[in-house]
Amino acid sequence: MIDFDIQEDDKQCSIKISGELTKETIRSIYPKIKRIKEKTFLIVKMDCAGLTSLDYAGALILADLSASFCEKKSSVLVIGMNPNFKRMMLFARKNLRQKSQVVEIKENFFATPLIKLGKNIIDSIDSFIFFLSFLGESCLQFFRILLTPWKFRYKATAVHIQKSGALAIPIVALTSFLVGVVIAYQSAEQLAKFGANIFIVDMVSISMFREIAPLIAAIVIAGRSASSYTAEIGTMKITEEVDAMRSMGFEPIVFLVLPRIFALLIAMPLIVFFADIIGIMGGMIVAKSNLGISYPEFILRARDVVATKQVLIGLFKAPFFGLLIATIGCFRGFQVTGSTESIGRYTTISVVNAIFWVIVFDALVSVVLTEMGI
Amino acid sequence: MNKDIIEVKEVTTKFGKHVVHDKISISVREGEIYGILGGSGSGKTTLLREIILLQKFQSGSIEVLGKKIGQMSHADIIWLKKNWSVLFQFGALYSSLNVLENVSIPLIEYTNLPKEVITEIALSKLKMAGLKKEATYLFPSELSGGMKKRAALARALVMDPKILFLDEPTSGLDPVGAENFDILIKEIATLLKLTVVIVTHDLHTIEHVLDRFCIIYDKKILFEGTLNEAKKFKHYAIREFLKLEQ
Repeated sequence: MIDFDIQEDDKQCSIKISGELTKETIRSIYPKIKRIKEKTFLIVKMDCAGLTSLDYAGALILADLSASFCEKKSSVLVIGMNPNFKRMMLFARKNLRQKSQVVEIKENFFATPLIKLGKNIIDSIDSFIFFLSFLGESCLQFFRILLTPWKFRYKATAVHIQKSGALAIPIVALTSFLVGVVIAYQSAEQLAKFGANIFIVDMVSISMFREIAPLIAAIVIAGRSASSYTAEIGTMKITEEVDAMRSMGFEPIVFLVLPRIFALLIAMPLIVFFADIIGIMGGMIVAKSNLGISYPEFILRARDVVATKQVLIGLFKAPFFGLLIATIGCFRGFQVTGSTESIGRYTTISVVNAIFWVIVFDALVSVVLTEMGI
Repeated sequence: MNKDIIEVKEVTTKFGKHVVHDKISISVREGEIYGILGGSGSGKTTLLREIILLQKFQSGSIEVLGKKIGQMSHADIIWLKKNWSVLFQFGALYSSLNVLENVSIPLIEYTNLPKEVITEIALSKLKMAGLKKEATYLFPSELSGGMKKRAALARALVMDPKILFLDEPTSGLDPVGAENFDILIKEIATLLKLTVVIVTHDLHTIEHVLDRFCIIYDKKILFEGTLNEAKKFKHYAIREFLKLEQ
């Protein structure tokens, strides 16, 4: 334990410290130290003869105390201190750094939001300009490839079709099946009230083909592939693989971006069609179990009510979704700089962006087509 | 002779079928600066990670500060972790905290010191580690490699550990920076009476800092002792490793 006795008069102060002065004991005597530090004396005597244990924290406290008295022109006497402790205290004294010497950047409460807003705007503009240049370069490289088609990376494209298309089949199947089930369930109850059971077929198949399946598939692929594209390209940027490519005269756009974009352009319509079928299957199962509509009945009715255009509209949107997702994923990947931390940040941004633009595009197409009466 | 503070006995490590260590034994004495040397991929860092409880091994035993790894209670483990600290190769500063917070956090978690004292200790350790005061409130992503290492050293020293583990402390620093870092480590180890274990292959560190070292070669400990003893050894791998004339 520790004893910290202070005897003071106007001119002189003598402090007697005994026991253990360590990280564990400092708290109990700290108020006393703080109080005595405020005062000014001509002579300060520190009697450390009874000190049995001193760690760096304790030494630092003593060093700080004697330094603050010295600053106030007091003469400080340390007596009876074990030479080891003395060495420790001198070492601490040497390494003393007052908080007041270190400038902390304080944030201004009122200005900070404005500064942040300004920074965000500038960042967005920078990011937009970078996006335009990325898009421009991609188009340029695309036209170059059109002139020299044998330089296109067919193998890489096939790999990406497999990775982001074929391997996404299970999760797309599961989500679109469940969404089909949910839609059928929700409408079954309402339709049964009107005795319009058979209209479940129109409801499920038209909405699935035209809107729901493409959107669900696109959102799943955006979550899956936009993130992986950003993370892959971002990692390559940090490990300087991208720079290595540039230094060898390989265009990163041709090697990394075009294969991914074409992969999704090709894979998306296929995935959407697959999602159509599975989603309707989900609806069919509910139609049978809840409304008593048999499978052949469902399929015959669907053949009558679903116009080809409904299917085609859904499939027409798919490649655009693919283009959006791949472009955003790759672009955000190229924005990664410096630390591994930024990979995480841009991956998040990329997924959010991809889903957002998929929905915006879907809404636009929906409005335009409805206005055109299709 | 000082007593042994770390004892590794006949430790065997395998990754799947790949054998990394084949019954290796070393001992580190109190107060010395001990080096674990070896070529790339020889398992130096793996051995370090086994000593600091980050990596499991298949057989053998490791004893640190009198506690046997694998037979410790939770309280023992916490006690041990408070009494050693590790400087990772790339600093491993917490990226969401600034330098001062990074250095303060062990004190905040493990002691009941008043906040001002914690700041005071942290600032002092930063000065000891040779970090400029302008860097105090910067975040790790804003620091250079050398500054990161210094900040990480300050964090490693803040709890006054008994043992300090350093994983390739000079890698990624320029020669002058590396030499200064070596001097700093030696100075701090002497002043604070630390036992230091360094994983390295930096010749300057081997020559100027280490008291004793071991060389891992072909899954075994090829040599353990001082540099002068190593110089008498005729094995070509040692001579090549230490760049001695053949």
